[in-house]
Amino acid sequence: MSTETVNEAHDSDDGHDAHHEHHIPKGLLRWLFTTNHKDIGTLYLWFAFIMFLIGGAMAMVIRAELFQPGLQIVDPHFFNQMTTVHGLIMVFGAVMPAFTGLANWLVPMMIGAPDMALPRMNNWSFWILPFAFLILLSSLFMDGGGPAFGWTFYAPLSTQYSGDSTALFVFSVHIMGISSIMGAINVVVTILNMRAPGMTYMKMPLFVWTWLITAFLLIAVMPVLAGAVTMVLTDKFFGTSFFDAAGGGDPVMFQHIFWFFGHPEVYIMILPAFGIISAIVPTFSRKKLFGYASMVYATASIALLSFIVWAHHMFTTGMPVAAEMFFMFATMLISVPTGVKVFNWVATMWRGSLTFEVPMMFAIAFIVLFTIGGLSGLMLAITPADFQYHDTYFVVAHFHYVLVTGAVFSIMAAVYYWLPKWTGKMFDITLGKWHFWCSLISVNLLFFPMHFVGLAGMPRRIPDYALQFADINKWVSIGGFAFGLSQLIFLVLIIKACRKIGEPVSDQVWEGAEGLEWEIPSPAPYHTFETPPFIK
Amino acid sequence: MSKQSESKHTTEKSSAAFESERASDVQIPKTRAQMAAENAKTAKKLVFVVIGMLGFSFALVPLYDVFCDLTGINGKPSNEAAVYESVVIDESRTVKVEFITRTHSGMAWEFEARTADIRLHPGEMGEVEFYVRNPSDRDIIAQAIPSISPGTAALYVNKTECFCFKHQPLKAGEEALMPMKFYVDPQLPKDITVLTLQYTLYDISATVKPAAVVAMNNS
Ligand code: HEM
Ligand SMILES: [Cu+2]
Repeated sequence: MSTETVNEAHDSDDGHDAHHEHHIPKGLLRWLFTTNHKDIGTLYLWFAFIMFLIGGAMAMVIRAELFQPGLQIVDPHFFNQMTTVHGLIMVFGAVMPAFTGLANWLVPMMIGAPDMALPRMNNWSFWILPFAFLILLSSLFMDGGGPAFGWTFYAPLSTQYSGDSTALFVFSVHIMGISSIMGAINVVVTILNMRAPGMTYMKMPLFVWTWLITAFLLIAVMPVLAGAVTMVLTDKFFGTSFFDAAGGGDPVMFQHIFWFFGHPEVYIMILPAFGIISAIVPTFSRKKLFGYASMVYATASIALLSFIVWAHHMFTTGMPVAAEMFFMFATMLISVPTGVKVFNWVATMWRGSLTFEVPMMFAIAFIVLFTIGGLSGLMLAITPADFQYHDTYFVVAHFHYVLVTGAVFSIMAAVYYWLPKWTGKMFDITLGKWHFWCSLISVNLLFFPMHFVGLAGMPRRIPDYALQFADINKWVSIGGFAFGLSQLIFLVLIIKACRKIGEPVSDQVWEGAEGLEWEIPSPAPYHTFETPPFIK
Repeated sequence: MSKQSESKHTTEKSSAAFESERASDVQIPKTRAQMAAENAKTAKKLVFVVIGMLGFSFALVPLYDVFCDLTGINGKPSNEAAVYESVVIDESRTVKVEFITRTHSGMAWEFEARTADIRLHPGEMGEVEFYVRNPSDRDIIAQAIPSISPGTAALYVNKTECFCFKHQPLKAGEEALMPMKFYVDPQLPKDITVLTLQYTLYDISATVKPAAVVAMNNS
């Protein structure tokens, strides 16, 4: 009886599918109206890459100004706009959409679902994104310039000392927020409802697990960000005083609300990376991932803890000692599950038959460099020490290690790992290796010396600096330009891959790769798992 | 399509074996319509969470105020006059209270404390005068906002009289002396020996109610 039902489902699915296959519109309209998770994944990834290049160009302006002490290239107000918009674009335009793109491509394939659960909403959540960034970027050309108050838009900088473009900033953040929330809802529903028979929770690949948890974080904190920008908007334009002491408000409350969003947000940008590394390391070690269950629990505890550590960004605001102690120890507690993860990756490699393909090189670089970022985080978590480090380049070094050599390297590793599955062709391995080595060397030249100038007292977000920092800043800027140029190698490689230049690959692509996505043909057909697979 | 159903996981077994294993599985695949309905239901629940969290972000504002009122940790002292009655003076220790004044940006007034700091026993009354002058050529209504550091001391500073309890109107060119009377609660934690009381003057002429302006002109 039930067998029959299954067969019927097969038949109708096949019929439906054949019908579908005929109607993929060509050209621009295909991309505009597509509800296919692979198309939308591709759109997200290209969008993220373009934003990465635009945000990167702004970083080049920043580093050019800081190449020498003194003010030479841009005026301070424009410098502030560059640091602000660079941060906003990299966080909301590059890293987050790249992860959403990967989720679109991979989650359905990894759990044996035919598509995302809400395909039409999926289309919307992508297509509102370009408008958000068009609005943000166009604000730079307004009278008085774009946002210049830092990506953290602290009140009263954003409420009293900002230009009219603040309204556009608020509007664009609202759109970004709506887009991420829709994306997150889609991921949660897909994972909860659409897993193939037999795909129990504890059989899900870690990328799926980490994204499920990330999506819950997004659903919990993006509305808080929306609340914060709305309060800034009404304080600035409609006479409320949420953050204005004269009207009974409190500017420090802004920081509490912002970081209640902000700290979980940094984990939103790293948990999917943990999933990616947990997929790549076992493949090229030819071993199972060490400690699968502990990885799941570690991810969940990091996510829960991320809600009670926000005030480590506010140690210098004059909190009572008891509160500082609480946030210090809670923050340090997070490094325990994070350490579990690093331990598991290393244990996976231990006595494995390692090979060093391009994705594996990025994954190993991730493990080492992310750990450096975690350690500097631990230093910042020490309250009395943070009074010295706060708002210096040491903090800039910390978050670029976790975000660039962490999140961004993991995204690159992911692209190299799954690209052959997407295109059916092996990418240009020589270019990939060039990209890796150029990036690795330049990124460390760029960010490592920042620790030293930071400890020596160079403040962040200032277009000029004391003479004694000149030498280090010169080298940092050279590292910056080199890292920027290295990404053009990646661009060429991706364009070649999208034009399907390269050797055809097998279905499994990498010897040692395991999981449903490696069992379907390469390139992955437009529709996969119309009939759910059965997982043993 | 057909290619894909032949992929590895099915080809490993004969297709009959596959079907029977399938049949024994409790999960019967749902139709597309059933699936869509179920997905919409889950999505709706998540939308409620989103709305709830948006509400929570605004609820943080009153929660923050309540929390800070109870604990005094943001350095905001009470806005109401305290009554000085049967307070025991703790002569075993003295605390130093410092006064800092500033005007908010764009506010042209001169504003200073006549006494930079005073030393007193907890429970003892202290009195300080603040001098203000409006050197500009327009009438301005000001509001002084106090802030106490360390923040936890805010709960122990009791003012019996303060100019900050009401608006301060000054006509163009006028000056005034404003009194402030207070005592430090004898319950003040022992580790606090120095308190800083800061006043910031804000220009609130634009936001204050017209009635207040009328009252000012009549005075
Ligand atoms: C062991 C884990 C970590 C610890 C203990 C830690 C600790 C800290 C602390 C204490 C600060 C505040 C420094 C200050 O402003 O004085 C900070 C800033 C920051 N952290 Fe981390 N962190 C950790 C991991 C991460 C991760 C994984 C990310 C992102 C992927 C991240 C992103 C950031 C960012 C963006 C900032 C700066 C925000 C800003 O002021 O603009 N951190 N971290
Ligand atoms: Cu944080």
